[in-house]
Amino acid sequence: MISNKLIVGLLFVVAMSITSCKPKGTTSVISGDAATKVYVPPGQYDEFYNFVSGGFSGQLSVYGIPSGRLLRVIPVFSSDPEKGWGFNEETKPMLNTSHGIVPWDDLHHVEMSQTNGEADGKWVFVNGNNTPRLARIDLKTFRTAEILELPNSGGNHSSPFGTENSEYIVASTRFSVPSDANPDVPISTYKENFKGHISFVSVDKETGEMKVAFQLKAPGVNFDLARAGKGKSHGWFFFSCYNTELANTLLEVNASQKDKDFILAINWKKAEEYIKEGKGTKQAVKYSHNKYDETTHTAKSEMETEVTVLDLANTEGIAYLIPCPKSPHGCDVDPTGEYIIGSGKLAALIPVFSFDKLQKAIAEKKFETEKFGGIPVIKYEAALYGEVQKPGLGPLHTEFDGKGNAYTSMFVSSEVVKWNIKDLKVLDRAPTYYSVGHLMIPGGNTKKPFGKYLVAYNKITKDRYLPTGPELAQSAQLYDISGDKMKLLLDFPTIGEPHYAQAIPAALIKDKQAKIFDINSNKHQYKTNGEEDAKVVREGNAVHVYMTSIRSHFVPDNIEGVKVGDEVFFHVTNLEQDWDVPHGFGIKGANNAELLIMPGETLTLKWIPDRVGIFPMYCTDFCSALHQEMSGYVRVSPKGSTLPITFNSSKKTAAK
Amino acid sequence: MKKSIITTLSLMATILIIGSCGGGGSTSEKSTNETEQPETTQTPSEQPEAKPESKADPSTYDPKRGEGKFNESNVKLGALDAAMADKGKAIAATKCNSCHKQTDEKLVGPGWKGVTHRKTPHWIMNFITNPDPMISKDPELQAQLEICLVRMPNQNLNDEEARNILEYMRQNDEVK
Repeated sequence: MISNKLIVGLLFVVAMSITSCKPKGTTSVISGDAATKVYVPPGQYDEFYNFVSGGFSGQLSVYGIPSGRLLRVIPVFSSDPEKGWGFNEETKPMLNTSHGIVPWDDLHHVEMSQTNGEADGKWVFVNGNNTPRLARIDLKTFRTAEILELPNSGGNHSSPFGTENSEYIVASTRFSVPSDANPDVPISTYKENFKGHISFVSVDKETGEMKVAFQLKAPGVNFDLARAGKGKSHGWFFFSCYNTELANTLLEVNASQKDKDFILAINWKKAEEYIKEGKGTKQAVKYSHNKYDETTHTAKSEMETEVTVLDLANTEGIAYLIPCPKSPHGCDVDPTGEYIIGSGKLAALIPVFSFDKLQKAIAEKKFETEKFGGIPVIKYEAALYGEVQKPGLGPLHTEFDGKGNAYTSMFVSSEVVKWNIKDLKVLDRAPTYYSVGHLMIPGGNTKKPFGKYLVAYNKITKDRYLPTGPELAQSAQLYDISGDKMKLLLDFPTIGEPHYAQAIPAALIKDKQAKIFDINSNKHQYKTNGEEDAKVVREGNAVHVYMTSIRSHFVPDNIEGVKVGDEVFFHVTNLEQDWDVPHGFGIKGANNAELLIMPGETLTLKWIPDRVGIFPMYCTDFCSALHQEMSGYVRVSPKGSTLPITFNSSKKTAAK
Repeated sequence: MKKSIITTLSLMATILIIGSCGGGGSTSEKSTNETEQPETTQTPSEQPEAKPESKADPSTYDPKRGEGKFNESNVKLGALDAAMADKGKAIAATKCNSCHKQTDEKLVGPGWKGVTHRKTPHWIMNFITNPDPMISKDPELQAQLEICLVRMPNQNLNDEEARNILEYMRQNDEVK
């Protein structure tokens, strides 16, 4: 008996060892030529720009692929003292919301602008998950050009996914909330009063400017991710949602009751028509719209006050629900636009839906008898192309190589699984280290993927890097997918927790880079057009310093007549017109940060001196052999002092 | 009997644990063999050639002409054009005067007084539009750098701006 139990026990060990063991040796799976495949020699460039979400850092990071070298961190939703983002007067309005300045957000997903279903390298869109926002980053300057807050939303997770010509970028709420018009309701009335709003944000083709074109009001589910149709399914949008139980407490139990949740299919062209016909309802709301002007080097924040909402419960022909097992997370459309891959994060299979079958099911009204929240529910089998059986545990996200294969990340079993879209057979699996979330193939969301590399973005990195206290480096892993079998090439650390990312061939971006801001086009209100215009002007208790910087001095570099409690504004114009020669500006005791001023740009640091004394100021960015000499002094006198404002520079003094 | 079953299963378990842990490794090794030659990670167009100017033989540098697009044929001087000189003065106020005085006194860079007598017009035009490569080669500029210690910044002057500045320099040198 005892030995029988032992046998059963050993059989269990045998069975478990097949599925659950993670490779322990950190180098055991690297093949000999991996290093040569990721080595980019000094002076040479990477093949791809990889735009990686900075997760809870609120920023967007840019890596080179295949080297994994960090090229840039672009501040978006979080203030960044390194670049003065959110600290200088010009960028503060970018972080404005209807709640005032919110200097942090949780940046999850990355979407590149597209033309004809391919990334065009103009802009990158990212979402702020916490205080619902969308941002647009200009890929000429690698700067955040616009941030748009979203009304009627409680968590902008299912965002910012775009259509094949970037007609729209969507922003749908993960946390359903009551409408902004009537928010003070008991939480126990969740089922009646909490709704999931989907914002369709239009993008101007030339300027990229975003606008909330309309919102769709859906039942109070949790929208998770989304993908636009493409090719034959262009005009449709697909959204995964969980919590169709409409629970509002202990979601890990209560939102996992049903065997199937839904993918919401939206005919957005039809929704557009309804809006044109005036079927939407105008609602008074308040949300900020922040734009950075490249000629004034200054951001403006405006409050928008209206949004048009279309209730999906009262519309025909726009919205359909497709049952999807179980708590679907990813919802990905293949390059042909025919297959919609659902990934139930608690499901043991991957359902693949067919766009053609979906259209047929709608035409033939193959619906369940009961609607959900007024929306028809298509019969599961009527839309289903097939299921990938036993793909692994915890399927999350799928990307495509353009050769008929899909790659799905498996969170629980820590692996990437490659399978064929046509016959739904698993072809290969590669371990990740560990708990992979999103994965990315350059162009993997478009009509034409570059199926050479795959990057896995992992949640856990135990034993991969030198330990650094309780928190370890976040990680991405690069695989070669050019052959039949995936090959691990490289680990590289990332910032925050990496969520989604996208990549584009470097050639599409590299040569469009702005190198300087033309000083003659600088329309900043406080620009100083050369040293002869430098001055210090008192207006009441405000002191405006019109300052210039060039290798290797400021003008003026000596200022007297400033009093304790004055509001001193240093408007610094960088007179350089040479690539990669920014100047910095820091002053002792400033309660914000530094300025980092690009060639031809003007930026403003506000400083309120708190005590009497001499305050040194200096350039923070090493600019020349005489960089250390690029400094000066401000003398601060007591509050009632009658000392007039005077200023000079050693150069001007010498001239006299 | 039972003992041998247990032994066998234990062995199987061990092998499978090892096998499943090392599985990724053996897969990779296999695929390594499939790929004979590592592909280069660069497309040819992305491999920047070593910059021609750094390769160039310094003896081919013409200190009279400098290096750039200007020469005797495309820089022609006439009587002083006051309108052009005025434009040049305005550009200099934004882009040049931070470092240069119009006298012979050095600020960050040398004073401008007399420059149009010392240098050819096309040398000046080349230098102010293409400073970095010239500083690296021109013996007089290298000697000047030892005094100033700041390489002249490229101020991104276009051809017209450069020509106007030259005219302003001539005016400053009292050319009629």
